[in-house]
Amino acid sequence: MPTLARHLGIAIVAAVVLLLATNSIGDYRNYQLTELAAFVVAVAGLTVLIGLSGQISIGNGAFMAVGGYIAALILADLNWPLIAILPAAVVGAALAGAIFGVAAARLRGPYLAGTTLMLAVALPSVATRFQSVLGGDQGLGFFVTVPGSVGSNVTLIHWQAWVSCAAALVTLVLLANLVRSRVGRSWRAVRDDEVAAALAGLNVARLQILAFVVSAACAGLGGMLLAMWNESVSPGLFSLTLSIQLLTAAVLGGLGSLAGAIWGSAVLVLVPTYLENLATSHGMTATTSSSVPILAYGVVLIAVMLAFPSGIQGALVLLARVTGLQQLARRAAGPLAWQSRRSVQSRPAAESSWSESESPRPESELSRPESESPRPQSQPAAESHEKGTL
Amino acid sequence: MQEFVEFTLSGLATGMIYAAIAMSLVLVWRGTRVLNYAQGAMAMFTAYIAFTVINHTGSYWLGFVAALMAGLILGAAVERTVIRPVTGKPPLNAVIVSIGLLIGLEGLAGVLYGSGYRSFPPAYPITGLSIGSVALGITENDLFTAGAVLAAAGLLAAAFRYSSVGLRLRAAAFSPGVARLLGVRVGRMLTLGWALAGLLGALAGLLVSPGTFLYPNSMDTIFVLGFTAAVIGGLESPVGAVAGGLILGVVLNYVGGYLGSESVDLFGLAALLLVLMFRPTGLFSAAPARRV
Amino acid sequence: MAAVAGLAAVSMTAAGCSSSSSSTATSTPGITATTITIGSHQPLTGIAAPGYDEIAPAANAYFQFVNAHGGIYGRKIKYIYLNDQYNPSITTTVVHQLVLRNNVYAIFNGLGTPTHLAVAPFLNSEHIPDVFVASGCECWNAPSTLPDTTGWQLDYVREGKILGSYIEQHFKGEKIGFFYQDDEFGQDGVKGLSDEIPKSQIVSEQNYNPTNIKIAPQVAALKAAKAQVVVSFTVPAFTALLKLTMLGLKYSPQLVVSDVGSDPITLAGLLASFAKNTSAGFGNALTQGIITDGYLPSLGSTSDSWIQMFKRIHDQFIPKLPLDGNVLYGMSVGYTFVQAMFKAGKNPTRQSLINAINSGLSQGVSVAPYAYSATDHNGITGAYIGVIQNGVLVPSGGVLVTDDSATGPVTAYTVAQPPAPTSGIPSP
Repeated sequence: MPTLARHLGIAIVAAVVLLLATNSIGDYRNYQLTELAAFVVAVAGLTVLIGLSGQISIGNGAFMAVGGYIAALILADLNWPLIAILPAAVVGAALAGAIFGVAAARLRGPYLAGTTLMLAVALPSVATRFQSVLGGDQGLGFFVTVPGSVGSNVTLIHWQAWVSCAAALVTLVLLANLVRSRVGRSWRAVRDDEVAAALAGLNVARLQILAFVVSAACAGLGGMLLAMWNESVSPGLFSLTLSIQLLTAAVLGGLGSLAGAIWGSAVLVLVPTYLENLATSHGMTATTSSSVPILAYGVVLIAVMLAFPSGIQGALVLLARVTGLQQLARRAAGPLAWQSRRSVQSRPAAESSWSESESPRPESELSRPESESPRPQSQPAAESHEKGTL
Repeated sequence: MQEFVEFTLSGLATGMIYAAIAMSLVLVWRGTRVLNYAQGAMAMFTAYIAFTVINHTGSYWLGFVAALMAGLILGAAVERTVIRPVTGKPPLNAVIVSIGLLIGLEGLAGVLYGSGYRSFPPAYPITGLSIGSVALGITENDLFTAGAVLAAAGLLAAAFRYSSVGLRLRAAAFSPGVARLLGVRVGRMLTLGWALAGLLGALAGLLVSPGTFLYPNSMDTIFVLGFTAAVIGGLESPVGAVAGGLILGVVLNYVGGYLGSESVDLFGLAALLLVLMFRPTGLFSAAPARRV
Repeated sequence: MAAVAGLAAVSMTAAGCSSSSSSTATSTPGITATTITIGSHQPLTGIAAPGYDEIAPAANAYFQFVNAHGGIYGRKIKYIYLNDQYNPSITTTVVHQLVLRNNVYAIFNGLGTPTHLAVAPFLNSEHIPDVFVASGCECWNAPSTLPDTTGWQLDYVREGKILGSYIEQHFKGEKIGFFYQDDEFGQDGVKGLSDEIPKSQIVSEQNYNPTNIKIAPQVAALKAAKAQVVVSFTVPAFTALLKLTMLGLKYSPQLVVSDVGSDPITLAGLLASFAKNTSAGFGNALTQGIITDGYLPSLGSTSDSWIQMFKRIHDQFIPKLPLDGNVLYGMSVGYTFVQAMFKAGKNPTRQSLINAINSGLSQGVSVAPYAYSATDHNGITGAYIGVIQNGVLVPSGGVLVTDDSATGPVTAYTVAQPPAPTSGIPSP
């Protein structure tokens, strides 16, 4: 298939570039690159969940925890090689995603978001509840070693950067193909109009659960990579803050866009320390400067949602369009068209299919006059995103 | 037996806090169909304002009133600036915006007041009460908490039912289009709804802080449990919110007391999932009519 | 696709704006002709911050004093301490940053038991001196597996034994309850206590996690077991919470608190709002009568030469911080580091610092001698029991020393503490 070949080609080129880069940027930058790649994996899964299937999750940090802890337990007890631990973490997290997806299958909108929030808050306490196995607040160590076959002048951090980037590339290729496939189209159909999709024969519940499974699997892999990077797993690594950071990265980068996952993750890894140092150099004490990045996250989320819902990727697309790089812009617009289309179609009252199904409220309150207004037909041009590339 | 009495009574006291948060969530939900994830953070912020006023003036009640006023203003301001633009857009936008508000307020509180742990003065003594030699596990401050929340709930219920403003609020929530035709300023009613929710939240923040420390994240878990209480009671029903809050407070206290505090959050998650799976409208709401 | 290309692009940019940190091993990292750079991880925010956030600034104040008086063989100490919020996963990140980016010579006084456990293996695998860890866990005394790590403060097992022997003597037959942090910190303390207190007296052992401030169930359990004495191995915030919760349950046993969580000024600050409400007997009454131990001179002994020396330095460099137990701790461990650096020689290497400590450090700022040797990386070996009265720790009885073993006795140590050097700087 031309799509797969194209994606693989780009991935191989990127792999070569990354290989060269990791050999020359030194241990500290490799350390940051490992963290970045781990986040890219998790954020990519989340942005597909929210942007493509239209389900909100503020709890993907919990799925990262599942992946991370499974990996740590397997390494500690069974001492499998990394290449075997990786799929185990992914499968474990995917299973957790499936269980949660089934339990939450009927939930929409705020109910779903609130439940995922509860998941993010409650799951870390499993580690303290089962302290003897899971290590409590101190957590478990997760010490990866460089395999002998790689050579003796590759430091541990260097090796971790390779592993992390390789995992990120594989994930991005797989997700890109998934997004372009029938499943991806079905997700978008359900997101845009659940009732119509059901009438057209799509199994809505199964698709929604599948979306959760995919995003949980990505989160699990990201969690394992983060554990490797941090050399341990602990509740403090997978806190509510992490879930909110993932959401911020996905929103900032551009919901639904895999490239956006990279931009968002890059900002997440690099900017907060910069902001904190900036604040301290202006005389703020640690007790106030540590809150500056948090304030920035909040402002970013609100500002992006109010002013520029398509995020960084959307801005880049706009820039490309403005500077005449039309071809690139059309290909890159892709799933981002979600946001711009939605805001065009919005009406004063939340009449969209989303809100019809999300809140089980008494029949009487559904009779809003505005809900009868017809929605404009989708433009033919908008469907062309299927043929374009991200 | 003594322990049981202590757990039950202190559970009711905590439950009152959850009830207050739940009521403010219900108020906002019914009015604007938005779930305000920042409700807890707003309560925390107004508690900091009270803290500042109390420290400057030395009077608890001045700080109390200041917090309630700040709650009203903050609620109204948030609705007008941040929520109004996303009403009518896909619900995802409102969710993200209110989460942004949640962490933005936490960050702002940290920047303005520092992230250190503060002790918050109570309205009444926090020494345990006892009947004879049986310690009850609650304090005078807890009794004040219960009274304040019930009074606020009662006043609001009365206002909704018997005043013309209440009637307009209900009309605007029930059917904005028709209400508009009848001359109700729907936009203003939405703002008023958020302002009242902000007031309730501020009350919750004031009442819960003395038992522990005040710090930017102090209301996180309380908000999540307040949300759980609202879902258990039914997001449509203020009475359900109070009932849900009390039930949750007592049950979680038993869990914490007999099973250990690490189990509390997990139990809350389980309760939430169970209610949402089997009775999504909540225990105290009418079941929805069948939709095709 | 753009996503993958983007990943490559970001790493290229990183390559462009990075500095290679693959150093040649000929010179010692962190040491130049004029500076010695050391790093630390500290809880500047979070649940452990009350009180502990003063330690690093206090150590830094002592270093600045030394720098102003010739430094260490002409080198000034540059102390970089980063905030880890008492979260072990953040500890790992900041320590990697200190090692990889700031190229520190050593990690000094890393604070916290769960936090430091996350980085000790890494530091030892890189052969970076990890000296005077700010934690009393037995885990730092492992010269065979962690040769570059040393403790400093009175370790928790010894402390538990000293407190335990006092309780065994003065509270015969009474019911004892434990309240401890559920990690090596609290567990080591309980181990020491159990070595000295008869099993029949221990009626309840409750623990807490620093991330969960709801401790009412544990306190209710202590009350239900009718414990008349509660021994608490807690960080200051949780000591305060314990006191608050006991008030709410109308439960007032005798409190015995570990040194790390008993500083009266910190506790008074945490309970400040309640302290104003004097009707229920608050204020200093909240800390009145708490039994604890001390291994540094008491702040109440204003004529003590060490207290006078530190007070001068405090007033000059950190007047805004209260002169409390944490500041005393910070300056004392800073003094010990300077002692060790002088012993490491005029051209210090990472190994020469470890060798200096392994060959033993003379007793200085503490009331009992150090245990340092090639086979023992524990620090201070004893303490005196004290009672908090009117916000000050008042010693009651002499210095007691002991060892880490379950059966080693707790004995009196009668050698007087040497006075502080008049220059304020340890002799090389």
